[in-house]
Amino acid sequence: MFKRLDNAALAGEVTIWLEDQPRRVPATLSAAAAVLWLDGGAGYRDHAAGGRRAPLCMMGVCHECLITVDGEPNRQGCLVPVAEGMRLERQRRSP
Amino acid sequence: MSRDFLIIGGGVVGMAVAYGLARRGRRVSVLDEHDGSLRASRGNAGLVWVQGKGLRMPRYAELSLQSSEAWPTFAEELTARTGVELEYERRGGVDLCFDAAEAEARQEEYRALYAATPALAAMRWAYLDREALREHLPGLGEAVHGGTFSPWDGQCNPLYLLRALYAACRSLGVDYRPATPVDGVEARASGFVAHTPMGDVVAPRVILAAGLGARRLAPPLGLSGEVRPVRGQILVTERLPQGGRLPSPQIRQTASGGYLIGDVLENAGFDTGVTLETLHQLGRRAVAVYPDLARARLVRSWGALRVMTPDGSPLYEASRPCPGAYNLSCHSGITLAAFHAEELAEAIDSDRLATRYGDFSGARFDVQATG
Repeated sequence: MFKRLDNAALAGEVTIWLEDQPRRVPATLSAAAAVLWLDGGAGYRDHAAGGRRAPLCMMGVCHECLITVDGEPNRQGCLVPVAEGMRLERQRRSP
Repeated sequence: MSRDFLIIGGGVVGMAVAYGLARRGRRVSVLDEHDGSLRASRGNAGLVWVQGKGLRMPRYAELSLQSSEAWPTFAEELTARTGVELEYERRGGVDLCFDAAEAEARQEEYRALYAATPALAAMRWAYLDREALREHLPGLGEAVHGGTFSPWDGQCNPLYLLRALYAACRSLGVDYRPATPVDGVEARASGFVAHTPMGDVVAPRVILAAGLGARRLAPPLGLSGEVRPVRGQILVTERLPQGGRLPSPQIRQTASGGYLIGDVLENAGFDTGVTLETLHQLGRRAVAVYPDLARARLVRSWGALRVMTPDGSPLYEASRPCPGAYNLSCHSGITLAAFHAEELAEAIDSDRLATRYGDFSGARFDVQATG
C-alpha cells in the first residue's frame, strides 16, 4: 500500500474539505494522495458498473482515482495538487 | 495435427470466417500476431453501418444491407454460445451534415446509389433537418445542418464482438495461436505451408485475413496486396448519463456511457499515433454537435489504421495460380462480420468465392492495357 516517506519534505499544510468536513493535509500532496493519507483506500470510489475502486498507479494512467474536485466529477485525483479550500467528494453510491 | 483451413490473421475478419467455417464442421487453425501488431479490429468505433457504404460499388452496398439484416441473429447466437453481450443495437443511425452543400451532395449520392439495383430498393433512408433530427439526437447543436437517417444502422462494442468470436471459436475447437507471425506462405503440390518462427504450419487451403499484412503475404500467392493504411483517431470522454442519441460516424455514446469521437481519414503511413491538431479538431466538432459536451473530461485517445483497398470496397478473391488460397481484405469488418461468418464462409468452404463474388476480386485494380 502507499505510504508517505518518513523523510518527505515538510512544506506546511492546507485545509481541504472532504465531504464537507475540513481536514488538514500536507500541502505537497495530490488530491488522491490526500484522501489516502487521511482515510486510506477503503471507500475511495464505487464504480458505475459495480465494484469498488481505489487509486492504483498514482501517475495519471489507470483512472482509478476519479474524484469530484470543486464540483467537477471524474477528475483524476492523482494529477490534481491540493489547494487551500479545495472541496473533494468521493464518488460513492452511499457514502 | 490435420486441418482443413489455415487462416492467417486473427482480427475480426479472420475470426468471423474461422467461426463460420468451424460452425460448418471444418477444422481450422488461425495464426495471429502480437498485441502490439497493427490491429484495425481493436481500434475501430464499432458501428454496424449501412448508409453510404458502397457508393462506388452497389454490390458492396448490397452486402452491407444483407449483413445488417443478419446481424441480430448473428449476435444472438454468439451471445448464446459464449455468454458475451455484444452491446449490439439497431435503432437507426444518422450521418451528420454541417452545411447545405454537403447535405445536397449526400442526398444526390444516396438517391443514385439506392436506385442502382433492385435489392437496394429495400434501403430506407431520409434526410432530416436539424429540427427533425433533434427527436433522434436530443441536444443537437446549431452548427449541424441536418443529416441522413437510416433505420438499418446500428452499433456494437467491437472488442466484445472480437472476444465473443475468440470464445466461440475456442468452443468449436478452432486452433488459435497468438504471437505466431507468418514470415511467408508457400504453395506446395499438396497444399500450403506457412513459415513462422515457431515452425511450419501446413494446410490444404489457406485464407489470408491479414489486414495490412496482405501487402507482403498476398502477392507471392498470386493474390492482390493492394491495401494501404488510412489512419483514424478516436477521442473518448468520461462516462456520462445516457443521452438517448442515435449513433453517427462522427460521434456515438457507448453502452457504458463514454462518447467515442472520430471519423477522420489521414495518410500517415504506418504511424498509429495521435496528433494534437486532429484531437483538437475532433473535440471542437463534438462540442459543435452536442454543446453539452463542452465540460466533458477526456479520458483516452488512440490512433489506428484502416485497411483500405484502392476503391474502398472489400476484396474477396481466390487465387488462380494457387487454387485453395484466398484473400480477404476490408475496412468494414464489424458491419460485415455477420456476412463473413455465414455466406462468405460458405462460399469459401464450397470453393465458390470466384463465381459468387467475382466482382470483389483484385482483378478490378489491374490497369487495362491500351492500344
